[in-house]
Amino acid sequence: MTLAVEVRNLRRVFRTRSGMLAAERVVRAVDGVSFALPAGQVLGIVGESGCGKSTLARMILGLLPPSNGEILVDGRSLASMDRRERARLIQPVFQDPFSSLNPRQRVRDIVGLPLAAQGNVSDRQQRDRVMEMLGRVGISAEIADRLPAQLSGGQRQRVAIARALVLHPRIVVCDEPTSALDVSVQAQILNLLVELRRDLQLTYLFISHNLAVVEHIATEVAVMYLGRFVEQAPVDALFRDPRHPYTRALLASVLTPEPGKGIPDVGLGETYPDPANIPPGCRFHPRCPMALERCRTDAPDNIVSHGRLTECLLAETASGT
Amino acid sequence: MTPVLEASNLHVTFGTSIAAVRGISLTVARGETHCLVGESGCGKSVTALAIMGLLSRTAHRSADILRFHDHDLTRLSERGMARLRGDRIAMIFQEPMTSLNPAYTIGSQMAEVFERHRRVSRTIALDRAAELLHRVGITAPGMRLKQYPHQLSGGLRQRVMISMALMCEPELLIADEPTTALDVTVQAQILRLLQNLQRELGLALLLITHDLGIVARIADRVSVMYAGEIVESALTGPLFAAPTHPYTRGLLRCIPVPGQVRRDEPLGSIPGVVPRIAPEFIGCSFRERCAFAMPDCARDVPRQRAAVDHDYLCRLPPDWTRAEAA
Amino acid sequence: MKHAATGLGAIIVFAVALAAIIAPLIAPHDPFVQDLNQRMVPPEWMDGGSAVHPFGTDQLGRDYLSRLLYGARISMMIGIFTVITSGLIGITLGVFGGYFGGKIDDVVMFIITCRLSIPLILVALTVVALVGSSLLVVILTLGLLLWERFAVVSRTTTMQVRNLDYIAAAQAAGASRRHILLREVLPNILTPLVVVATLEMALAILLEAALSFLGLGVPPPLPSWGLMIAEGKDYMFFSPWVIMIPGIALFVLVLGINLLGDGLRDLLGTRRPA
Repeated sequence: MTLAVEVRNLRRVFRTRSGMLAAERVVRAVDGVSFALPAGQVLGIVGESGCGKSTLARMILGLLPPSNGEILVDGRSLASMDRRERARLIQPVFQDPFSSLNPRQRVRDIVGLPLAAQGNVSDRQQRDRVMEMLGRVGISAEIADRLPAQLSGGQRQRVAIARALVLHPRIVVCDEPTSALDVSVQAQILNLLVELRRDLQLTYLFISHNLAVVEHIATEVAVMYLGRFVEQAPVDALFRDPRHPYTRALLASVLTPEPGKGIPDVGLGETYPDPANIPPGCRFHPRCPMALERCRTDAPDNIVSHGRLTECLLAETASGT
Repeated sequence: MTPVLEASNLHVTFGTSIAAVRGISLTVARGETHCLVGESGCGKSVTALAIMGLLSRTAHRSADILRFHDHDLTRLSERGMARLRGDRIAMIFQEPMTSLNPAYTIGSQMAEVFERHRRVSRTIALDRAAELLHRVGITAPGMRLKQYPHQLSGGLRQRVMISMALMCEPELLIADEPTTALDVTVQAQILRLLQNLQRELGLALLLITHDLGIVARIADRVSVMYAGEIVESALTGPLFAAPTHPYTRGLLRCIPVPGQVRRDEPLGSIPGVVPRIAPEFIGCSFRERCAFAMPDCARDVPRQRAAVDHDYLCRLPPDWTRAEAA
Repeated sequence: MKHAATGLGAIIVFAVALAAIIAPLIAPHDPFVQDLNQRMVPPEWMDGGSAVHPFGTDQLGRDYLSRLLYGARISMMIGIFTVITSGLIGITLGVFGGYFGGKIDDVVMFIITCRLSIPLILVALTVVALVGSSLLVVILTLGLLLWERFAVVSRTTTMQVRNLDYIAAAQAAGASRRHILLREVLPNILTPLVVVATLEMALAILLEAALSFLGLGVPPPLPSWGLMIAEGKDYMFFSPWVIMIPGIALFVLVLGINLLGDGLRDLLGTRRPA
């Protein structure tokens, strides 16, 4: 089975300077991520702000060069591909339907851009494929000549999905595709994504902070914290038996619509994660309710056991390493 | 006991083309958390602004009753409202970055509220600010007071907003999507904080949100809003146990719950979009999206009682869900 | 109220442009022809004036109305071609700096800073001394010097647009850099640039009048309004119309351009999606 995406030890550092005399801030947005995503699967990446998931997405899309590490798409090095070849393999769906469509272009031109950029698609072919894809995502034909301002949030997101799929790519990177939508519309879009994956045999990299949504669509889930995967497991295993303290805190924080259960105290403390100031030792230790002395100095290795990855010193002890 | 806030038949229209709020009624009692829940465009934020008297000049507000304790808010001058705002009625917003002034320190912004309403010196005001920052769980309050908003994380900023709202010990706190912009772990912390503070101070809390999970966990009373109207209103337990309005039911079905996910079935969804209503609109605003719409729904919609203290705006009989399941 | 002002501005600009274009058709006389017997004839509405020369004549007997109409050509040409030149330079620099960032942006900012430290009048003096004055020299000098507002505005707006998702989506779609700059970035930064263009046009026209007044601009006998004012300043007290007529024309044209620019900003601005 081919690997749709393979990432090895990916890193990305940003250096910023706020003013000429201020010290340089080094932000380690992605700090050593590796994974292998087989074709047809969905890797869900969950994490909160500052964890680096959007930076990771942009690197995998080829929009941001990594500081270190390798990205292989369909077995080939991403860096070695030209823009057209890369576009045929991997496409994005972004979070904000208001800023992901050019406000001055009509829907048909927006969706047709990937085809036009290939340079070898006739106008008629382009028109036909655009209309076909719009139909597939549930956008009626007369909307093709409208401007984005005339569409609802859900419609715009459908247009964004149509644009992503018009080249029939293998892989779609979805960066919080439903977070900016109303609840009733979120479900529509999610259902659409699930259906399209099935019909077109797509592979998804699905980024979200919403655990329930990820559980619905992913086959494998990775939990990201301060630039690394601290836990990775098949979806049911992760939700049934979370091993990393951060994963447990995340799951405990989800407020399900069940009255009477009150607000959980997840015990994470006051500090917040800052990718410019990654703590020594285990990067989660300042907020971890189960931190040991060791955790302050020793960084945990990835513990891989039974197809699961857990980056925690406690898991080390548990698995007897 | 009279409620802290009472609104009856509140209407807000913008110009002649948009009726944002169409005759809603709600009350918030002392120590009670009343959640106003709905999706974007339903008019919940406009409701909050209408109560606070913060609507733009193009808006027209009217109500049979709009009362804070025994103050008739419809008759209060702008000056009168300004005296209440920040002092006895406080509001916190969704995006703390845009509601805190980036050009001033936290301390000066917090002190200003207290100085203005209580006419005290800056030193006293700053002391109170530090005390409140401590109350909301911020360490080293003295240092924080000297910082600027951009130096704080989102969760911290929202805590600052909350403490700023509490400076004058208000009796009513209106919170408009206070945790939507925050990470889920921070959200839990902020909501716990709000709950604790409410218990300590006996606050009346009107919490506006689109998140039914928050509503279930924190509300005493819920009003579901759609297209400018309250389509269902009840105590929290009964609302979730027996949601009666088709919109409420549809909304609950849309929410995936971790651990209860069924991948073989598509998620429940409500087809269509939230409509914009003009003032002359008659009938049920949900009928275009409702699976149970009848021709009569275009004419008028009765407000019925599903149970004691549980009413909904629909033609369907109160026990229709049981009949449907059968 | 605002729409009325914009409409007025549009009418003025349109009228002047039209006058400039059809000047040869409506001018009663040749603006260069001198008639020393008819020097300093007052305009029609004053004592001694006649319908032969509706706006009177200047100190060389040339018909003033005709000179005014032909002068409109010069003002419009200055306005339009200067803006085209400075616009091309400024927008290119600003977009490149804003889009690519990093070292390229540093260079662009450096160039802008250099430009801002150049004194316009001294440069004009030097150029005229070296090359001699002509309409083309004025257009080029002003065009090569008045681009900084274009650059700054395009740079800032490009930086704002650069981070929007539709740019990333275009990159992911495989679009070439040329396409992205021309078809994704540029159309979305045009609104403020149109306003800058109208402001720069007004400024160019005024500057040319000032330069010509100082003898550094358009050479006589071309009927530049600024030159007409300069040539008439010696007769200011006895025959005030010689300065007032071109002065008022300048004022009206610049006012019209500014009103139009204000209105355009409001008009184009409101079309931005919610």
